[in-house]
Amino acid sequence: MHARADESTEQAACWPDDIFALLQRFDVRQVAYVPDAGHSQLIQRVLASSTMRGIPLTTEEEGVALLLGAWGGGQRGVLLMQSSGVGNCVNMLSLTQVFRFPFLTLVTMRGEWGEFNPWQVPMGSTTPGVFELAGIRVLRASHPQEVREVVEAAASQAYNALTPTAVLLSQRLIGAKVFVK
Amino acid sequence: MSKPNLLHRRDVVKTLLASRGDAIAVGGLGASTNDITAAGDHARNLYLWGGMGGAAMIGLGLALAQPKLPVLVITGDGEMLMGMGSLATIGLQKPGNLSIAVLDNECYGETGGQMSHTASAADLVGVAKACGLSDSRAISTMAEVEAFAKSIQGVAAGPRFASVKIDAANLDRVLPTRDGVFILTRLRGDLGLGPI
Repeated sequence: MHARADESTEQAACWPDDIFALLQRFDVRQVAYVPDAGHSQLIQRVLASSTMRGIPLTTEEEGVALLLGAWGGGQRGVLLMQSSGVGNCVNMLSLTQVFRFPFLTLVTMRGEWGEFNPWQVPMGSTTPGVFELAGIRVLRASHPQEVREVVEAAASQAYNALTPTAVLLSQRLIGAKVFVK
Repeated sequence: MSKPNLLHRRDVVKTLLASRGDAIAVGGLGASTNDITAAGDHARNLYLWGGMGGAAMIGLGLALAQPKLPVLVITGDGEMLMGMGSLATIGLQKPGNLSIAVLDNECYGETGGQMSHTASAADLVGVAKACGLSDSRAISTMAEVEAFAKSIQGVAAGPRFASVKIDAANLDRVLPTRDGVFILTRLRGDLGLGPI
């Protein structure tokens, strides 16, 4: 019990669709990602979309650079990743400070809320701090019903105010994986 | 150590950009960005003073956003090695308008000339080809540079990759502006894109 999403597991299918609708509304065109189970439904929607381009990366930092290029060419982008990928981005996040382009990333969290895997804990627990030190504002959504307003606020400040922003999608929201016996 | 008949980096970059037309040029961290500056400042130059390993991906973002414009990434072997995975990402997207030219002096020239992986082991042309960039060339003559420069104008036939073996001379620095906001705003303005 402790290792599952705490509530509304049936509703968990709704929030990725909320995010997809918001990304469409904000005219996001390039969606870069390193796959994560927590993002799988959103990635499917993106890959099926005629207006968005899903761009799988080999490492998350590629996405930071990609989004700079996208904006240089007139398109908005978003980077989807898991908390373990945040550390891979650190130096490349410099680009957000130097070029002041709209940067939005949606991060599915591991290493918290009933985590069974100790390997996820070091990066998961430092993810908010790493972002803040790198000059990225951090917002968090922990319940399905708040995802829409949190992502909307994040997209607004990223795209309208050029405030680089990360949304942490809590493990509590996604549900903890359990591989133990 | 020095091999005969290697090309000179400034000549190579000048030739790559001589008939650039509407092309956008991305200069990777290090001497490459200086070479682009030496060839002439331009509103469509995106200079990098950091973000090592990101030049090709910036080129990909630009190429996908502006599919009718040629996008040329000019970078060094060290910078390309750091972002080698991006060749797999580009190979998957296959943007027809993206070209990457690596100025390969087989060393980290900015930091004391330490040998790089391309000196004796890594074959970037092979890597690019294996990642799905089928037009991947090893260039050793100025005639080949000229042919590559011409080819970048074909925005449907890419992505293409070239490794140009250059001499390891450390030249006088010709420095572009370090102001990222200026560089990006100027580029966007030249593409007809306004401020927020």
